[in-house]
Amino acid sequence: MACTCGCSNNTIDPKQQALQELLQKFKGYKGAIIPVLQGAQDIYGYLPKEVMQQISKDLRVPFSKIYGVSTFYAQFHLKPRGRNIVRVCQGTACHVRGGKKIFEAVEKVLGISEGGTTEDLRFTLETVACLGACGLAPVLMINDDTHGRLVPGDIQGILEQYE
Amino acid sequence: MKSLAEVRAKMGEEYKQKFTRARVVVGLGTCGIAAGGDKVMKALQAIVAGRVLDIDVDFTSCIGMCYAEPTVEVALPGEASVIYGDVNPENVIRLIDEHVIGKKPVEDMAILQIVENGAKAYEGITLMEDYDFYKMQVRTVTSRLGRTNPESIVDYIATGGYEGLEKILSGMTQQQVIDEIKTSGLRGRGGGGFPTGMKWQFTHNSPGDKKYIVCNADEGDPGAFMDRSVLEGDPHSVLEGMIIAGYAIGADEGYIYVRAEYPLAIHRLNLAIAQAEEIGMLGENILDTGFNFKLRIKAGAGAFVCGEETALLTSIEGNRGMPRVRPPFPAVKGLWEKPTNLNNVETYANVPFIIRKGGEWYASMGTEKSKGSKVFCLTGKIKNTGLVEVPMGISVRDIIYKVGGGIQDDKKFKAVQAGGPSGGCLPEEKLDLPVDYDSLNAAGAIMGSGGLVVMDETTCMVDVARFFLNFTQAESCGKCTPCREGTKRMLETLTRICEGTGKPEDIETLERMGRVITKTALCGLGQTCANPILSTMRYFKDEYLAHINDKRCPAGACTELLTFVIDKEKCNGCGKCARSCPAGAITGEKKMPHEIDITKCIKCGACLAGCKFDAIYKA
Repeated sequence: MACTCGCSNNTIDPKQQALQELLQKFKGYKGAIIPVLQGAQDIYGYLPKEVMQQISKDLRVPFSKIYGVSTFYAQFHLKPRGRNIVRVCQGTACHVRGGKKIFEAVEKVLGISEGGTTEDLRFTLETVACLGACGLAPVLMINDDTHGRLVPGDIQGILEQYE
Repeated sequence: MKSLAEVRAKMGEEYKQKFTRARVVVGLGTCGIAAGGDKVMKALQAIVAGRVLDIDVDFTSCIGMCYAEPTVEVALPGEASVIYGDVNPENVIRLIDEHVIGKKPVEDMAILQIVENGAKAYEGITLMEDYDFYKMQVRTVTSRLGRTNPESIVDYIATGGYEGLEKILSGMTQQQVIDEIKTSGLRGRGGGGFPTGMKWQFTHNSPGDKKYIVCNADEGDPGAFMDRSVLEGDPHSVLEGMIIAGYAIGADEGYIYVRAEYPLAIHRLNLAIAQAEEIGMLGENILDTGFNFKLRIKAGAGAFVCGEETALLTSIEGNRGMPRVRPPFPAVKGLWEKPTNLNNVETYANVPFIIRKGGEWYASMGTEKSKGSKVFCLTGKIKNTGLVEVPMGISVRDIIYKVGGGIQDDKKFKAVQAGGPSGGCLPEEKLDLPVDYDSLNAAGAIMGSGGLVVMDETTCMVDVARFFLNFTQAESCGKCTPCREGTKRMLETLTRICEGTGKPEDIETLERMGRVITKTALCGLGQTCANPILSTMRYFKDEYLAHINDKRCPAGACTELLTFVIDKEKCNGCGKCARSCPAGAITGEKKMPHEIDITKCIKCGACLAGCKFDAIYKA
C-alpha cells in the first residue's frame, strides 16, 4: 500500500510485495494453503492476522479454514517470534540421554520457558519431538543448525554465537 | 525408446576420473554436520587452497557410524579407502600430511578400510567386512550412504542408478513390474508391513485414469532417522522407486511429503528432482517412451498424526491433517479422491534394487514371511549409535551386542524400545527374538519404522511409558474421543504413579483404558497409543508396583520419589553442596559432614552434580 502520510517514502512494503509474489505463484494450485502459509511465515516471521485475512481473500478460502489449518500444525505461529529459534529435542533417545537437563539449562540461560520469547526478540524457545539426529543425543537445533552430544555446560557458549 | 547408454558412458567416465586423484571426502549428513563435519570441511578446503595441493575435496552423507562422527574418507589412486572417525578441524591436517602427502595412513585415527575395484589394502587397518559394526550388516538401501556424493547424479548413475527404470521401460508390462515386486516379498517398511506388491496391484486395478504416487517421508517417531538418512544420502533411489511405481500403477504424478524439520533432506531432494528432469528421467515423455511422471515436494508443517496415510493425504490437500475412517482405502479413494499408492521412503528406495537384481535375489534374504533387509536406528544407552542395515531374521541380541557393541559404560541392559510411540519395550528374555514383523508383534512390540532405543538400569520404565503417552497425547489430532480423552486420562494416571500418589487400582484402570482405546480409536495413532504402557506393564510390572505400593522408583529416575542423602564417611565438609543448593536445605559446619533437610529439599540435584567426592547419592 502506498504511504499516505505525505513523506517521501511511497514505495511498496517489500514484505507485502513478497507476499503478493507468493500468492501469484500459487494461484490455481491445488492444496496451496499450507505452502502459502509457510511462505508467508518465512516473510513475516509469524502469521499476522491481516496477512491471514489477505490469504483467505486471495485464495478464496474462508478465513475460518485458514485459521483452522494454522492452529492445527505446530509449525505455524500467530505471535511474533525471536530472531533465533532454539528447538530442544525431547525425543526418546535424547530423553534417555538427559535431554531434560539440556532443556532446563537453556531455560536458565535465556530466562524463558517453553514457547517463550526473550524480551529483546533474540530467542524463542521450543521443544521438538525428534530431530532425527538421535545418534548424537542429546541435541538441539538453532534455526537450521543442529548441535549434538550436548552437556548442560555447552549451552551458554552455543547460544552466544547467535545474535 | 531412447537409451541411457550414452549418458551412462559419459557419466561413468566422469565418475572414474574422481579416482585418479587423491580424494578426501567428508561425511555431511545432518548428524555429521551437527558433530562438526562442516567445520572439518572448511578447515580442509583452507589447507588445500592455502598450499595449492592437487587433492579432490568432496562430501558424502552419513555412512551410519554416528558414534564416530564426523567421519572423513581418504583415498589415494589405486589404494584402499580409509575411513577416519572423530575428525576435527585440528587433527584433519594429519590426514593430509601423513596420509595424502606421506602416503601412510594415520593408524590411530583410522577406523576401517574399504577395498574396492582391485585397490591395494593397507596393513594394520581393519577391513570393513571384518569390522564388528558392519560384519553382520547387508548394505542394500544404504549401499550408497557415505560412499557417493548425494548431490551428484553422476555418482548415482555410475553406480547403477536408473538402470531399473530403464529396464522396465524397455519392455516390461505394468503387470510384470508388479509381479517382480510381489516375487521379492517386500513389505511396507514404514512399519505396517503390508505386502508392497499387493498394494500396488490394488491401486493398479482401481478404475480411473488419474492416479497418484505418494511417498511418506513424514518420519516423526522419536528415535528413528532412517528415512532422513536415506533421503540425505541417496535421494535419487527414492525418486527412481517412485517413478517405477508410477509406471506400474499408471500414475503420472507424485508427491513426497517430507518433514519440515529435515531441511537438508528437502534441499537434496529438490536438487535430485532438478537433475533427473534435466536428463529426462522425470517429466514429460521419459526416455521417449511416452510415459510422463512429475514429482512435487510437500513440506509437512509439524503434526505427527500426518504420518498416518489418510491424514497425510488430507494434509497434502491443504487441510488440517486429520485421519478418516477406512475403507475406502487410499488405493481406491486417496488424494483428491483418486486412487493413490502410498509407501514409505525405505520401501521406495528398495524398489530400484529389486528391479535391477530381480525379485528372487531380494527374496533370498530374510525369513519366510519377512524378506530382504531392514534399516534400524540404534540409539539410547548403546555404545555404537548409528544406522544399520541387517537381514530380516537376525536376533535383537545380535543387533544390540554384536552390531551395536553392547551397553554404554558397561551398565546392565534393561529394555529395548522398538517402534516408537506405537511400539513396545522388550525385556532381556525377549532378546533372542528374530527380527521380523510377526515375532515382534507377538511379543507386544512392532517393527515400526525401525527405531531401537536401548535402555539401561538407570531408565525407569514407568517414566518411559509416561514419556510416550505425553507424546501421543500432545500429538492426538482430537478428532475421535477415545484418543483425545483417553490419552489424557492415561497420562494423568501415569503421572500420578510417577509422582508417588498412585493407587493399586490404577494398574487395572490403565489396562482397561488401553484395551478400550485400542479397539475404538479411529486411526493407528490412537489404536497403538497404549502399546508402550501395556508392554511395560507386561514385562516390568514390579516397577509399577514399587512406585504404587512402596513409593519407590527402583531406577532412581522419578525425582519425586527420591531422597538425596549425604554419605557422612565421604563428606569432608567443603561446603560446595550447601552453596549450590537453591533451597538452602543443606547445612553443616566447615570441614564437618553436612546434612540435607528433606523437608526443604526440592530435589533439583544441584548438590549431586556439584559434589566432587561422590558423597551425595540418591535413595
